[in-house]
Amino acid sequence: MNSDPNTNGFLLKVDDLKTYFPVKKGLLRRTVGYIKAVDGVSLAVKPATSFGLVGESGCGKTTVARSILRLIPVTSGRVIFDNTNILAADASHLRSIRSGITLIFQDPFGSLNPRMTVGNIVGEPLKVHKKITGPALTEQVRLILSKVGLPADAMNRYPHEFSGGQRQRIGIARALVLQPKLVICDEPVSALDVSIQSQILNLLKDLQQEFSLTYLFIAHDLAVVQFSCDTVAVMYMGRIVEQASAGELYNNPLHPYTVALMAAIPKINVSGQASTHRLKGEIPSILNPPPGCPFNPRCPFADGRCFTQNPPLVPVSGRPEHLLACWHI
Amino acid sequence: MSDNGILLDIKGLCVSFFTEDGIARAVQDVSFSVKKGKTFALVGESGCGKSVTALSVMRLIADPPGKIVAGEINFDGRNLLELSDQRIRAVRGNRIAMIFQEPMTSLNPVYTVGEQIVEVIRLHQKKEEAEAWDIATEMLRKVGISDPAQRVAEYPHQMSGGMRQRVMIAMAISCKPELLIADEPTTALDVTIQAQILDLLDELQEQSRMSILLITHNLGIVAERAEDVAVMYASRIVELSDCRSLFDQPLHPYTQGLLQSLPRLGFTGKRLYTIPGIVPEPLRFPAGCKFHPRCPIGCNDKRCQTVEPQLRLLDNGRAVACWFAPGYERPDDPKI
Repeated sequence: MNSDPNTNGFLLKVDDLKTYFPVKKGLLRRTVGYIKAVDGVSLAVKPATSFGLVGESGCGKTTVARSILRLIPVTSGRVIFDNTNILAADASHLRSIRSGITLIFQDPFGSLNPRMTVGNIVGEPLKVHKKITGPALTEQVRLILSKVGLPADAMNRYPHEFSGGQRQRIGIARALVLQPKLVICDEPVSALDVSIQSQILNLLKDLQQEFSLTYLFIAHDLAVVQFSCDTVAVMYMGRIVEQASAGELYNNPLHPYTVALMAAIPKINVSGQASTHRLKGEIPSILNPPPGCPFNPRCPFADGRCFTQNPPLVPVSGRPEHLLACWHI
Repeated sequence: MSDNGILLDIKGLCVSFFTEDGIARAVQDVSFSVKKGKTFALVGESGCGKSVTALSVMRLIADPPGKIVAGEINFDGRNLLELSDQRIRAVRGNRIAMIFQEPMTSLNPVYTVGEQIVEVIRLHQKKEEAEAWDIATEMLRKVGISDPAQRVAEYPHQMSGGMRQRVMIAMAISCKPELLIADEPTTALDVTIQAQILDLLDELQEQSRMSILLITHNLGIVAERAEDVAVMYASRIVELSDCRSLFDQPLHPYTQGLLQSLPRLGFTGKRLYTIPGIVPEPLRFPAGCKFHPRCPIGCNDKRCQTVEPQLRLLDNGRAVACWFAPGYERPDDPKI
């Protein structure tokens, strides 16, 4: 009953996802409004590809990930994973679905239990989901540790004995030990040093090839996302405002926000002065978004319709894979 | 008085931390100078000693466990390390100001931003309370905060991260410092806000000709904003240069590796270049050149493994610490 034949070869399909958080005020904690953290996001990820969600803090990219896993209550929408609607699944079903989707977290320090050995940390998902114990468990843990480039003796050591980059490898091993179909990488390198970032980004790519993994890749760094992903979606205030293949987005960014985001990244290959293409102002309060296009207070092109109607995300004419939510094309 | 255009001149700075596990030599033999009205960038990864260098200039190294073991920090012709605590307090926050990475935690949550700026002004200048408030409001206006008269009475929690960093900058420039030390000033901010803050620092520098010592791990920021740059690795400066030359032709293998390993917009390759291995900890620095275990050239070289190269000025005016850098070797160098 949950199966959906219309996923057309997509591993993950999100339809019109809305996640609102109620804002409560006063003595009776009445709901006085909603924070529309995710406001109508649709996306589709093909198997063995990487889909990148990029945006600034508070744009809703992490909330999308948590909604997909149903770690937070979702207001409406559908999340079809492997032909099953996650949002309609019952508790036991949800548990089995979750063994097919794992997470890699941003903070390699906070996301590993300091009192557990690396072997126990990495082996725990196997115990919980697959009921594997004893030598079989040890063998599988040993195998995955070697795949992520950790020494075999890491098993009996504790997280504090490792550097940030190695801890991130432990996190990756834990995410992959269940042989998931989908891995959600939430800012996997933003806490790492520059020389370690490239090691981890390459590792993620290698593992993707070896195990045919599908990534939902969440990051604020457009250069990182562009390198790691096949398709990139730019989020702003709970919505996707532009989506295209990584190359197309770089060569032909259309949304004024995407353009500004690219211009704001400090570049080492330009000699001399910084770009003068600057966004004014800050992201408006999501509690009280402006009418019309939410980007209009910062947009240099905003006029008439931008202040009254929010533009829908539609394909750009002639480029069906390039989606854009902007009245000015 | 120095009239050679140099405001801050650091010579042979060594800072160690005396811990239970041993002596951590966090900064070793660091020398560089910051010109008047220019931006000097100290760039490096976590633990390389860049922040400890900055804190040494402010004389803010906690003693114990830390200690400035050797060196001079000459500011406008006077060695800051020889000043009494009282004299240094007159310089710190006044002629040299600092902004930190965390705008969330560097402001006091129980005072309004105005009270915090007024405190700095009245500490260093003989101003009446009302006048100090006027200056505080003016400073907020100067750093681009709208409705400064109203905002001055707000608490830090009522402001966004970018706004708080503006307040930190307002506080730092309220006494018109000659040197602003900016320690990762935008690392906690979104890129569009980061660009605004860096633009603001540029503007303020243009207006007042203050010097900026910019500490960052972001090479892009260095390329766009600094005139001169020192690359630090494992407690030492490994390369010192004007910015353009450094990015056009990096001399040290570490600098070369860093520049190659960055994912750049528009990069279409399948894999990124990587520097193998990890950044060593101060208690476990390798012998010889500290970069040799990760270096494509030095990892198998006996001399790199045993003798540490010093930062040396080359004929082209740049400085580097690598046995294999062109023009580095001299006839009386040890041969192994």
